[in-house]
This record gives sequence, structure tokens and C-alpha cells, in this order.
Amino acid sequence: MSLFDHTIKELQDKLNNKEITVTDLVKETYKQIRETDDKVQAFLTLNEEDALANAKALDEQGIDADQFPMFGMPIGIKDNIVTKGLRTTCASQILSNLDDPLYDATVVTKLKDAKAINIGKLNMDEFAMGSSNENSSMQKTRNPWNTDYVPGGSSGGSAASVAAGQVPFALGSDTGGSVRQPASYCGVVGMKPTYGRVSRFGLVAFASSLDQIGPITKTVEDNARILEVIAGQDKMDSTSANLDVPKYTEALTNDVKGLKIGVPKEYFVEGVDEAVQDSIREALKVLEAQGAEWEEVSLPHSNYAVASYYMIASSEASANLARFDGVRYGKRSENANDMMEMFKMSRSEGFGDEVKRRIMLGTFALSSGYYDAYYKKAQQVRTLIKQDFEKIFEKYDVVIGPTAPTTAFKIGEKIDDPLTMYANDLMTIPVNLAGVPAISVPCGFHPSNKMPFGLQIIGKHFDESTVYRVAHTYEQAAGYYKEKPQLGGAK
Amino acid sequence: MSKISKDQVKHVANLARLAITEEEAEKYSEQLSAIIGFSEQLNELDTSGVEPTTHVLDMKNVLRKDEPKEWISKEEALKNAPDKQNGQFKVPSILD
Repeated sequence: MSLFDHTIKELQDKLNNKEITVTDLVKETYKQIRETDDKVQAFLTLNEEDALANAKALDEQGIDADQFPMFGMPIGIKDNIVTKGLRTTCASQILSNLDDPLYDATVVTKLKDAKAINIGKLNMDEFAMGSSNENSSMQKTRNPWNTDYVPGGSSGGSAASVAAGQVPFALGSDTGGSVRQPASYCGVVGMKPTYGRVSRFGLVAFASSLDQIGPITKTVEDNARILEVIAGQDKMDSTSANLDVPKYTEALTNDVKGLKIGVPKEYFVEGVDEAVQDSIREALKVLEAQGAEWEEVSLPHSNYAVASYYMIASSEASANLARFDGVRYGKRSENANDMMEMFKMSRSEGFGDEVKRRIMLGTFALSSGYYDAYYKKAQQVRTLIKQDFEKIFEKYDVVIGPTAPTTAFKIGEKIDDPLTMYANDLMTIPVNLAGVPAISVPCGFHPSNKMPFGLQIIGKHFDESTVYRVAHTYEQAAGYYKEKPQLGGAK
Repeated sequence: MSKISKDQVKHVANLARLAITEEEAEKYSEQLSAIIGFSEQLNELDTSGVEPTTHVLDMKNVLRKDEPKEWISKEEALKNAPDKQNGQFKVPSILD
């Protein structure tokens, strides 16, 4: 059994009982990374010296581990979350020389205050644009369950690293499914909190009205514990909500009696793998046996979500990515003769294909003459999608379906067709458009390719507690969290 | 309007401050036309009178006091600059 098969609480008990030290934990993390990362390729930057120094300092303090919620816990950070003094690249060439960022993202500050140990920065699709990690300009992360397969994306490095047993916990970010889809593909737990629940300060912006940071873990309990630490209003993010953060771990009561589940018929259609559909139905039976009730419902505008999302997200991205201009930080082209050429060439040399494609799409949708037809229309459809959920949540506590239509696919299988690639996000995108919270929990392995996939549980605005309660009940009954890939560290 | 011409692509690339080759203009013309074509399914929906959602939460005018405070120093601000001179960012000439 690996140390990382333990929950945060169990690890903290071990620290308290002096069975292990924080230094042991951190050394074990780097040992696992060294043993597996030539195969998994999850980490872009390691924080080893600093992490070991922090571990030593915590060990020398000689205090009880449970004084701080994340005392001594190793965690990996997606590379679009800014870390002071530690290279932050968004897996883009344009930021590949940003070795010394000036500040910490609020989530990083909160993790530091909780005494977590930052292990390093994790690979992703460039600027979080992608569903497979194939859009990273640095390296291709592989799925630990079978290294011929993608880990999903954009938080593929985070999900693969946790699944491979390199780090016990990681942070990702989710704009259209970027935490939940890789969690599904890698057989781990990934949460996209309610929009506004977690500060976005220091998260390099992709689509500001959709982005949220969320934890990726092996268990629902750990996930809930980390969200307790990183959530809450932040004066540095005016869109963070002025609401108290509940004790999510106290919601894990294993009690779903009388819970009302809506199951959208639009999530069980052609294109959604039969074996995945069957497993979700099995999962509903598991919850039913625990006292929950489910009924088929309709989210009638689901089919329009992908189109609406790509207009909105690309438009916001085209504005957000205007800041990368080769003037203040990041890479500047060496081939430019004047200012305008410097802007254009720095950006063209620095951004990859998918990023340029979305900047182009967004710029087009926002340009004079097309704004109403494309951008405004997409925002109006967003209202209809949001209303679909509001209507369902008048009667039901959660909505359940697959996280993604299929398991992970093979590296190179879909890279040349953006529209097919976008279809992966069919069932995760509506959640971001509506701003509601949702989690992916492991729900089985595909009979043909043996790859894992997830169950998505969607909740009401700011009701992460119920989402976690249902996820935990299912996880404990189903037991898939005990499965580990062969690659995954010590057996 | 579902076909985006090469000229339109070049216009958009200029707005987006991207340098593109003829070959790329051709490729973007095809790819953007396909994505825009796909998004035109939104026109199947009657959205007259539907308010656009720009922000999902009911939040307005989040204000804070306008107070001066210590943030980053000039040296820090310039630390990651590709080029600098006399405490300022340096760029190529704007005018000949």
C-alpha cells in the first residue's frame, strides 16, 4: 500500500502519531515522480528544494498536524495558477520564460496558510484550451491507465499525476469541463465549484465568466477538505461570492434518503457510449438502494450548449489573451522591426494552433457587424441553458449523468478535427454556462479498452455540500476509488 | 453567412494582432467557416426578448475603498520584461 492511498485525515493521524514526518511524505512524492514521470509526463516544473525546506520547517515546529487543515500535505498545481517565484507557463511558449512570477494566486496563498506543500506545476493544454493535453506546447501527458491514451484536458497533468500516485492531490481549473473530463478519463475525483465560490485571482484568465479552480483527488472526502481551504470571498476577485463556506466534510453523512435526482434524457443519446450509459444506470440503482429517488428529466437546450460555449469562451479568450504582447513579460519575437510587427510576431510565434484559432474565432465574433449575430446570440442561448437548470432544481436536488460521452481516446486520434474534439465537452459545458457546481467520480471501467470513466453529479448554485454528499455515498458503495493503474507507484 | 473568406481572415488576424501566412489564412478560412457554420444552429432558437447572460450570479457594483497600498515595486514590475532601459519597458520604435 502506498502512502498516497491514505486520506488527508489518515495522513495527518500518521504525522501526529510520529509514524511519518512531512519530510518523508515530500520525499516519497518526488520519488514517485522520478519513477513514473518519464512515462506520464505530468510535471512541467518541480519545486523540490523549496518543498523540502518547507517540509523540514514544519517537522521542526513539532506541532499537531490537525492544527492546520492541509498541514504537510503535498499538492501539485496546474500551470495556469500563478506561483510566486516558481515558473508559470500555461504550457505556452509565450510564457515559457516566466521563471519568476511576482505573486501567488489566492488559492496558493490559502494552501500555504493551511500549511500544504507545493510540489510543482502540472502540464495542461495551452492556456487551458483543449480536451486532451495534446495542445500543450511543452510535452504530452499520458494516461496512467494506458499510456497510449490521452489523460483528457485541459487539467490533464493534474488528473494523470494524481491517478499515477505521484501526488495525492492537485488543483486544476475548469472552463468547459477541464477538471471533470480529465478526472473521468483518469479515474479520479474532480470538482468544478459554483462560479464565484473560489477566487480566480492569479488564475491566468481564459474565459472569465466561466473559469473556476477545483481540486482533483482520489477520494471525495479529500476533495471536500481541499475545497474548504481554497473557497471563500476574496477582495482581489470581485466576482467571488460573499457567502460563508460550509464545512463540506461534515456533509459526508452517507445519507441520501429521500434525495431527488433528475436524469436528463439528453445525456443518454447516440454518441454517448452504451457501456458508459449502462454504468450510469447501474450507479442510479446503487443510489436508489440507499434511499434516493430518480426520474428522467429534460434539459431541452443541451444540444445548443457547445455552440454557445465556443462563441462565449473564445470571445472572452480573445480579450483576455490580448495582454500577451511581448512588452512587460513573456517572450518577445526577435524578428520584429517595429512595434506593430513586435506585437504580431511575438503572438504568432508564442501561441499554438488551437489558441490562435480561438483568438481568431473570438475576435471575429466580437468584431463590428457580427457581435449581435454571434456573441449576443450565444449569451441569449446561455440564458436559456441556465433556465433549464433552474427549472429542474425547483423539483430535484441534483442532476446525474455521464461526465463525458466516452472514455479517454488514443493520442493523435482526434487532434485534427476541432469540432469532434469539442464534442467531448457536451455534458460538462452546460454546467459552466449555468455556473452551477458539478463533480466527476469514478463509475467503472470500459469492457473493451479497460479505461475508466466518471459519473457527473450537478448541484444547485452554492450547494456543493449536497453534491459531495451524493458523490461520497456513491463512491463508498461502488468502491472504484480503490482501483489503481499498474503504473501508479508502489503497490 | 457561413463562409469566412481569406480576406476576412486576414482582417480578423490584424485585429487580433496575429501575423499569418497565406497558407494559414487558407486553413483558418476553412476551420473558422466550419465552426461558425456549426454555431449557426443557435439561430434555430427564438431568442427575441431573452436577456443575454454575461454573468451567472446576481451581483452588482462590487466596490471597495480606493486606498493606496504597497503592491509591487518598479524593479519587480520590470523583472520579467523582455527589454528595459532607465527603469522603463523598452519597445521598438513606433514612428520612423
